[in-house]
Amino acid sequence: MSTHDPDPGSQPGAPSGTHTLSEAESKALLAAHGVPMPAEQVVADPDSAATAAGAMGFPVVAKLCGDGIAHKTERGLVRLGLNDADAVRAAATDLLAAATPDDGEVGVLVAPMLRGNRELIAGLADDPQFGMTVVLGIGGIFTEALADVAIRLVPIERVDAEEMIDELRTQALLGAFRGEPPVDRERLADVLLGLSRAAIATPELVSADVNPLIVVDGVPIAVDALVEVRDPMVAA
Amino acid sequence: MSASADLRTEQFKALFDPAGVVIAGASTHPGKFGFVALHNILANGYQGRIFATNREASPVLGIDTVPAIDDLPDGQADLVFVCTPAATNPDVLRAAAAKGIKAAFLASAGYGEAGEDGLRAQIELVALAEDLGMLIVGPNGQGVVSTPSSLCAQIVAPYPPSGRIGVASQSGNFVSSFMNYACASGVGISRAVSAGNAAMVGVTDFLGFYADDPRTEVALAYVEGISDGRRFFREVSAVAERMPVVLVKGGATSGGQRAAASHTGSLATDDRVFDGMCRQAGVVRARSIEEAFDLAASFATQPVPKGNKVAVVTTAGGWGVVTADAIAGTDLELLALPDDLVTALDAELPPRWSRNNPIDLAGGETKDTIPTILEIVARHPDVDAIVLLGMGIQSNQGRMEEEGPFFPEFGLERIAAFHDRQDERYTTVASQLADELGKPVLVATELAVTFPGNAAVRGTAAAGKLCYPSSNRAVNALARMWEHARWQQRRGV
Repeated sequence: MSTHDPDPGSQPGAPSGTHTLSEAESKALLAAHGVPMPAEQVVADPDSAATAAGAMGFPVVAKLCGDGIAHKTERGLVRLGLNDADAVRAAATDLLAAATPDDGEVGVLVAPMLRGNRELIAGLADDPQFGMTVVLGIGGIFTEALADVAIRLVPIERVDAEEMIDELRTQALLGAFRGEPPVDRERLADVLLGLSRAAIATPELVSADVNPLIVVDGVPIAVDALVEVRDPMVAA
Repeated sequence: MSASADLRTEQFKALFDPAGVVIAGASTHPGKFGFVALHNILANGYQGRIFATNREASPVLGIDTVPAIDDLPDGQADLVFVCTPAATNPDVLRAAAAKGIKAAFLASAGYGEAGEDGLRAQIELVALAEDLGMLIVGPNGQGVVSTPSSLCAQIVAPYPPSGRIGVASQSGNFVSSFMNYACASGVGISRAVSAGNAAMVGVTDFLGFYADDPRTEVALAYVEGISDGRRFFREVSAVAERMPVVLVKGGATSGGQRAAASHTGSLATDDRVFDGMCRQAGVVRARSIEEAFDLAASFATQPVPKGNKVAVVTTAGGWGVVTADAIAGTDLELLALPDDLVTALDAELPPRWSRNNPIDLAGGETKDTIPTILEIVARHPDVDAIVLLGMGIQSNQGRMEEEGPFFPEFGLERIAAFHDRQDERYTTVASQLADELGKPVLVATELAVTFPGNAAVRGTAAAGKLCYPSSNRAVNALARMWEHARWQQRRGV
């Protein structure tokens, strides 16, 4: 993990003394504990972006990536469905131009464009009474309205992860759906177990969002991730 | 087990099964706690030694009293029930400890619930009790009930029938509520205690004792505030691995500031976290006091189902239909009747029976039909549980005839007695089959509340089972038992 300035990624409204990691760092942290991530690359310039995209195959998405950037969609820093090298180059040029000094050091994240009709949300949240928890929910635009969510205290066992999946009310979304195979429950349990391990191994972790966790041909993949950590103690 | 755990166990035994009890602050005034507590101990058959203190040494309820605990013989009591004012209680505890008393239940108010001075007094009292090696329950508690010792040391009614449910509550009111349900249903209580201010021991400490208590098979708890969530989870998990824990929670937990950067955090509300914690721990969380008693009574009196296939046996159509609907809303399954079972039932029933599940006998009963059908269905290996409906109809008619102008003429006396016997017999057979086969057989009828003197209701209660006031409540109880059974199966406990 990279070092940080005292407070480069503090979010407005976030509790003081925490900061968010960049998307790439967030994904690296969670991937190290077994949360499945798409093959993707962070590059510094438009030509490298085009090269990376060519290697992974079109279409791709491009996003501006940096420590200070938590809400990419709201800021228009995500470009979807880029179908050739020229489109990637143009998107990367725009994104880098949109960076502000507050964003800190930035790069362009290039990833394969994954498609799936179903979105889940998973993550870690620190409860004031019960401490760190693993969360699984039905994702997408109706996440809050449905509030279809299952929660357990860290650490969890596989049986807990399986029961979390069973507990979701919208089971029809987890079966075969609109021409896609059923969600692979074992792989989904792996995501939850990976999150639990990440929380145990990272005491400074405050929260993690894997949102969306897209189901691609039945397999859940973390398309975006955001990890929030406590600031390191500053030596006197 | 550590020395301190041994001490705590000994203290809990002194609390629940004392060889002698002292009422400190017994009063001659029938409106005072110190009168009521002594009354309740005397009135409910406690067999141990009973002592009481009264400042003027006035006799109370025919019992001679002494002015102070110092005046009592040594080693004759294990429990002191304290109704004296807070200011005198340190001396009461010291004197009690000197007499060999190991546990004190404090009904006295004026402690942590009464502001900062009270809280300070409470903390000091706990420190004193630790020094004396004495257990304090409360203060500001309602009391302790223990049917194995016929002990009703509490400042309110009722005293419940004996049974296998152990109650621990942060609110004394709900101890009363649960015991009132026990009185009404006949499904009894082993131990019940209100934690009051829980100065020294709280709900999970009592649950821990119940887990090892041979007289208790189910724990029933009410909680509001939890000071240390992780500790609560650890302790309640340890109990739930050993006996069913039914828990109802009042109030919202204290919500803290959450990380605003976390989208997941906004989904993880206090109540959902608590709910997830219960599921993880194997705690059966009830949504209401009424449901909590239903579930505890079910665990206490019915075998846990081994599978989710339910047969509904009914003497009339509508009940079966509604019950099938209720089952469809759960993880239970209405068993598709296997051919061999249909054939076996064909031999016993007229052709108009439903030939399907719900098994509707369609009024085709002779005097032995119901026990015969129940037996055939219960013994079939595909059947995991039975819900039995329509019991008590005939004896309800008998009741009307008994109360009517023609009784006992026109053969009414004989027929009413026959129906009473039959309904009692049917429900007794249902209970026997449940016990013998280890399969739940739940009797549901609104007569349980509308005409609780009905023979089917009495028969069910006499067999030690809960008579469910509706099939919805029976199905819910069965579904929650199945949920718990699966939790156990998946973990091999």
